[in-house]
This record gives sequence, structure tokens and C-alpha cells, in this order.
Amino acid sequence: MVKFNVKNLNIWFGQIHALKGVNIEIEANEILSVIGPSNSGKTSFLRMLNRLNELHANFKMSGWMEFDGQDIRRIDIEGLRKRVGMVFALPLPLPLSIFENVAYGVRMHGERNRGRIAEIAEGALKQAYLWDEVKDRLGVSAFKLSGGQQQRLCIARTLAVSPEVILFDEPCSGLDPISTAKVEEAMLKLKKDYTIVLVTNNVKQAARVGDRTAFFLSGELVELDRTEKIFTAPADKRTDGYIRGEFG
Amino acid sequence: MRKLKEFFVERLILICGLASIFFVVLIFLFLLKEGLAVFKNVSPFNFIFGKSWYPISEPPQLGILPLIFGSLLVTLGAAIISIPIGVACAVYIAEIAPLKIKEILKAGIELLAAIPSVVLGFIGMVTLVPWVKTTFHLPTGLTALSGSIILAFMAMPTIVSIAEDALYSVPKSYKEGAFALGATHWQTIYRVLLPAASSGIVAAVMLGIGRVIGETMAVMMITGNAAVIPHSILVPVRTLTATIAAEMGEAVVGSEHYFALFAIGIVLFIMSFIINVTADLFLHKRR
Repeated sequence: MVKFNVKNLNIWFGQIHALKGVNIEIEANEILSVIGPSNSGKTSFLRMLNRLNELHANFKMSGWMEFDGQDIRRIDIEGLRKRVGMVFALPLPLPLSIFENVAYGVRMHGERNRGRIAEIAEGALKQAYLWDEVKDRLGVSAFKLSGGQQQRLCIARTLAVSPEVILFDEPCSGLDPISTAKVEEAMLKLKKDYTIVLVTNNVKQAARVGDRTAFFLSGELVELDRTEKIFTAPADKRTDGYIRGEFG
Repeated sequence: MRKLKEFFVERLILICGLASIFFVVLIFLFLLKEGLAVFKNVSPFNFIFGKSWYPISEPPQLGILPLIFGSLLVTLGAAIISIPIGVACAVYIAEIAPLKIKEILKAGIELLAAIPSVVLGFIGMVTLVPWVKTTFHLPTGLTALSGSIILAFMAMPTIVSIAEDALYSVPKSYKEGAFALGATHWQTIYRVLLPAASSGIVAAVMLGIGRVIGETMAVMMITGNAAVIPHSILVPVRTLTATIAAEMGEAVVGSEHYFALFAIGIVLFIMSFIINVTADLFLHKRR
């Protein structure tokens, strides 16, 4: 099943043409890795999927985007963002306790029952592989957690509002290898129930977790294929150069 | 030669830095010396909690409770009016207003801050005071309410600009995080931005109030200046500041009355010092 269907997408921030004629179909329950050097448009692409770019004052777009067969611009924006969750590059817990961070989105979407909220929060923390580390100190400020724990807390926060798609925007760029491994492990397990789009600066990470990999360069989608194919026999010379570390 | 120049410049800057502290200490000592003299004749308790202020009767009655109440009532009224409006205005400017309206509003607020207090006072006197009088069917419109309204206008620029600053300096990522969870704009403002900026907003409010409590001219012109403990916001009151301003000129130097006015100065100093320190604590909590 196709989750996102993107056709001939162009976007501009003021004078800057950030994405140029991008065509992508994102399948349900796959992990799509998006790689490319900085300023290649990969994060801009990711932020199109939950319409976060629209916070930008001079944003313009053209082209067609469908989510679950529906024109993305005609879906109510809060509803879309509930269904398409996002985890950012820097873990950004809200200045609240661990529990409240996870409960925050759930409450916001109208859940009032305390028992139900606690249940959802526990489930989300378990799915993010954080529960065992924090179950005894849920009332402690989220800032007391380590960087890797904070990032998994943000994943739990996103999971708690039960999205269908999770967008990861370089989720491990500030983490040590062990925390990175834990986040990657969580992603692989989440694939069963969610569609995942992972933007990463770490080419090896894309190879480890992605089912398919997309390579962006200067706002263009250069190549999109199965991850093994991209990393063994890329069709485009530029892709080959990037994954071998010739530029970056 | 260069070393020598360096030495002198450093000393010069040091002296400039110390000068400000030196003068503050000097002023404070003078205030203490003149103010504390009053307690030879009146006990501090009777001074603060005395209910009548008749400084020129014989013997003088120097109880400043009505004045303290006057100041607090006017300040409280101004706070109740200016805090909601000021914070809402800050939220509007920081979050909602389109760029153009934002510029206009900010300029307008700076202009409001630039109006001298005596001008606000006489505008209040000719417009607000008659309005209060007819609206509430009072014998006089020179009331605590009139003072509160005018002072609210004076507190608002401080509150708006500092609160807006606090809201603006909330990391953009908090806002994006909330939006990405599907929050509406209002939910983001209410549950993320305001709590995250809360210490800055409290500081803004405290500084606004600090300005109000020390304000003299406008309140003297429109609050009626009756040194009686107020039982409602619709009666004339007299504030600490107005008392000093109005009576200092006629007090005989070295008299009890004269010392009492200095003691009022100490009380005021302590009040605004507490407010400023509280505001500072909140500002620093922001990191």
C-alpha cells in the first residue's frame, strides 16, 4: 500500500529553490532512508510530509502530494500531524516531567481519563525501549535523562498519539554509538506497525536500517532504490561518490 | 609607555564602575540617617501600622498605614488591568500578528512608554476622572480606580516588551515539537510557549509593577490624595510617593514631619527593592 505519493514537488523558501521536481512513493511499513549532504533538501522533504515547512514565512510549493490517497493540503493540518509524527535531530523534551512529556500529546488530543493516559504512556515508553530505565522515576524532569534517553523519550512522545507514520530527522546525530544502536533497534521493531522515513547524515545507518534508500543532492532526488542496490551497485555516479565518502 | 596607558585606563574604568555603587550607598545612607531619626519619637510599629497621618497637628500623628494601603490598592488595581492586557498583547505580537501589524504595534508601545507621566496625569484628569465620576455616580472622580487605570497604561509598555522578549526567546524547536505532535496554534501557545516563557513573563510583570509603585506625578494628580484607609476602589486615596512629593516642600527641615517623609522613602525603597529582586530572580531563572 502506498502511504505517501509525491509527484513533481517543487518548493521554495523565498528565492531558494529547495526541492526540484521530486517524485517519490513511500510504502506502508517500510523504512525509507533519505541520505545526502547538507543543504541537499532531505530535511525540507521530510518536513513536507507533516507540512511543518508551512511555519516558514516565505514558503511556496507546487506539485502534488497524497497521503493515504488524499490530497495532503485538504487534510486538516492537526489531524495530519497526529497521524504523521516526527522525531527531531536534537532531542527536545518539553520542560516537564518524563511522564508529562509522554502524556502531553495524548492530553492535547482530548484524552481525559487518567488511567487511560497512564496506560498509553507506559505502552509508548515500552515501545521506545525506555520503560525499564525510567519506570521508577516518571515524575523526574525530562532534562535529567541522558541524550540517548531523551531521544527515546521523544520517540515515546510521538508514539503516544498513535501515528501511522514516523518521520525521523537525523535522530542520532547527537548520540553516542550505544545510544544510536538502541534507537536503531527501536526503529527496526517499530517497522511492523508504522511507516518510517529516516533522514540521516550517517550513510552506514541508512544501510543498516533502511529497506529503501533515497539519495538527494541540491534539491533533486538523484536515486531511489532498494538499500542493497544503492550500496552495492548504484545507478548514478554521484550516488556512488557520496556513499564512498568522496564528498559530503 | 603602553603599559602605563593601560594602567590608567583600567583605573579610570574601575573608578567609573565604583562611582555608581558609591552613590547608591551614599544615597541609601543619607536616606537611613534622615529616615531613622523619626523613630526617636514614634515606634516603628506605630509608624507602619498607625491609622492617622496628621503630620502638622500638635503633636504630629505619623501613621502611614493609609498611605501604604493607598499605594497597594492603586498598584493592585493597575496590575489587575495591565497584566492580562499586557500579556495578551505580548502573545499577539510575538506569535500571531503579521509582520506589518507587529511593527506598528511595537512602535505604538514604545510611544506609549515615551509619554511623560505628567502628561498622562493631566489627560487622565480631564477625560478619565469625569468619566469615572458620572459612570459610578460618585461625588468625585479622583479615586483609586482612576489612578489604577492611568498607571496600567504606564505599566503596559514594560510588561509587553519584556514579556514579548521572553516569548520570542523560547527555542523555536519547542514550538515545532508541539506542532509536530498535532497541537493547534492556541494549544502551542497555551501549553508550551507560555509555560516555557513563564519566568520571563513573571519578571515582566514584576518590573511593570515596580514602575507603578514608584510612580508619583500621575497618581498625585488623579487619586484625590485623601490619607484615609480606603474601603473601596471608588474612593480617593493617597499613595506613599504622592505624600513625599506633596509635603516635602513644606516640611520644616529637621522637624519630625521631615524625618517621617524620609522614613516613607525607606519604606518605598524596601518595597521596590523587593519587587526588583524578585523580578531579577525570575529573569535569571530563564538562564
